[in-house]
Amino acid sequence: MDTKNYVIKQISIFSENRPGRLASIAHALGEEKINILAFSIAEANGFGVVRALVDHPEKAYKKLSSLGFNVAFTDVIAVQMQDIPGGLYEIAKVLGDAQINIEYSYAYSGKDAAVLILRVDQVEDAIGKIQKSGATLLERSVFH
Amino acid sequence: MFWDKKIETLKPAELQALQLKRLKKTLHLASNVEFYRDRLSGAGIKPSDIRTLEDIQKLPFTKKQDLRDGYPFGFFAVPLKEVVRIHTTSGTTGKPTVVGYTRKDLDSWAGLIARNMTMIGVTDNDVFQNMVNYGMFTGGLGFHYGAEMIGMTVIPSATGNTKRQIEMINDFGVTTIHCTPSYAMHLSEVAEETGVTFKTLKTGIFGAEPWSETLRSTLESRLGVTAYDSYGLSELFGPGVAFECPERDGLHIWHDSYLVEIIDPKTGEQLADGERGELVVTPLVKEAMPLLRYRTGDVTMLMEDGCLCGRSKKIARITGRSDDMLVIRGINVFPSQIEHVLLKIPEVGNQFMVYVDRINHLDEMTVEVEINREFFSGELADLAKIQKKVVKELHDVLELRTTVKLVEPGSLPRFEGKSKRVIDRRGEIF
Repeated sequence: MDTKNYVIKQISIFSENRPGRLASIAHALGEEKINILAFSIAEANGFGVVRALVDHPEKAYKKLSSLGFNVAFTDVIAVQMQDIPGGLYEIAKVLGDAQINIEYSYAYSGKDAAVLILRVDQVEDAIGKIQKSGATLLERSVFH
Repeated sequence: MFWDKKIETLKPAELQALQLKRLKKTLHLASNVEFYRDRLSGAGIKPSDIRTLEDIQKLPFTKKQDLRDGYPFGFFAVPLKEVVRIHTTSGTTGKPTVVGYTRKDLDSWAGLIARNMTMIGVTDNDVFQNMVNYGMFTGGLGFHYGAEMIGMTVIPSATGNTKRQIEMINDFGVTTIHCTPSYAMHLSEVAEETGVTFKTLKTGIFGAEPWSETLRSTLESRLGVTAYDSYGLSELFGPGVAFECPERDGLHIWHDSYLVEIIDPKTGEQLADGERGELVVTPLVKEAMPLLRYRTGDVTMLMEDGCLCGRSKKIARITGRSDDMLVIRGINVFPSQIEHVLLKIPEVGNQFMVYVDRINHLDEMTVEVEINREFFSGELADLAKIQKKVVKELHDVLELRTTVKLVEPGSLPRFEGKSKRVIDRRGEIF
């Protein structure tokens, strides 16, 4: 099984922590008809990184860069969880047992299932372990 | 190369005789100014008391504030009809300072610029783009007439429209440019963004702000020029007072036109060669507005060693104007030091802003710097590492803890004239 199919490109945008920055990013993506599936903001001392999982990462990268934003791709994986109590535990335990560290994570709860987005230190290992546990990983082909 | 070899290489004895003659003439002119009449009689000094160059130490200093108080024409020593041009200084606080020129002043001034530019090998074969403000700022017209005197092809492009400036450099085959070092940096950034290289440029003359050796090598490699430091201030005509020769180790100040002293700014005592202090200048060839012992506020020293080029004593590159100098928790900080540190850190850009606040009676300095696009990995932790690195490098040089804010590339102001990178938000000290 090619693990690469499950490595998803998250876009990470450097942003100063001041009013209106998220609005500018969201507006730009809206204009390009790019849908944001999930996002989070990580903040440190005056600046932050906006992380987003979008349906067209390449297009988003181009658009935001052209507007002067500092954008980078980051490899993440996305796991479907059961949207029931204990759903998160199932996945977190698999990674914990395998000694895989989660650098950061965020989640969204959609129509079909809840999805956990993970940035881990050992991607391939994590993919293998999650698959073995029977959980479903989103394929990168979901994103264009 | 020399513009006026005889005067540029006068033997010490001849030079001192000329200086004394001109000093006496200047004193005579100054006695037309009420301020100086009052000052000298208040100090009990008659012009005839000045018999040697050492006697200058008997004269009181002239300060910037005195000139402000004389606004607008209080320091003119000739009737207004003999004044053919007026410039003013930027006047960041309060009223601007007015400076006036007779026809002969303009000629002397252009002659000094011609000396400087000839000294660095520029000739009538060169094409010169003068990218500074052409209005009340002395840098524009000052260099313009000096370059015309040499016979250069002069493009009075002034400031603004950087893309057009770049176009002209290449379309007109410009070999020599003059601008502030910060604008030169901006020019190189815009050229890089648009994929333009400069093929004809050879010489860059940068002045009006203190700038570091690191910035020199950066500008030289980015623009393909040899960079020279130019020093001057409006009260002493404008640019042209001192300039680097091809040795680029200190600036030749024109001793036939400016009598130089270095003083301890606290005591007013003269300092020896090699000792750093405030530059005090008595201009020797100014007619419209003679000045006695003018305190420039600039920090430098007279260099002990002679120069291979054969001209006389040099001053060291200015480390900052004393009014640029910030005192943060008792430590002296020059913006040029911050620039120097940032230039050595590839992860961040070269533009910066400094904010100074007083929080709980303590001075706090915040430095804003742009992250370099290529070094953004997408990870917050890497940004935090860069931030820490900048804090540490600043601390190593300034011996001061600062707050560093990383900002988005391209978000800090770019300056075309004199840059204002320091915002001091501390109130009055009581």
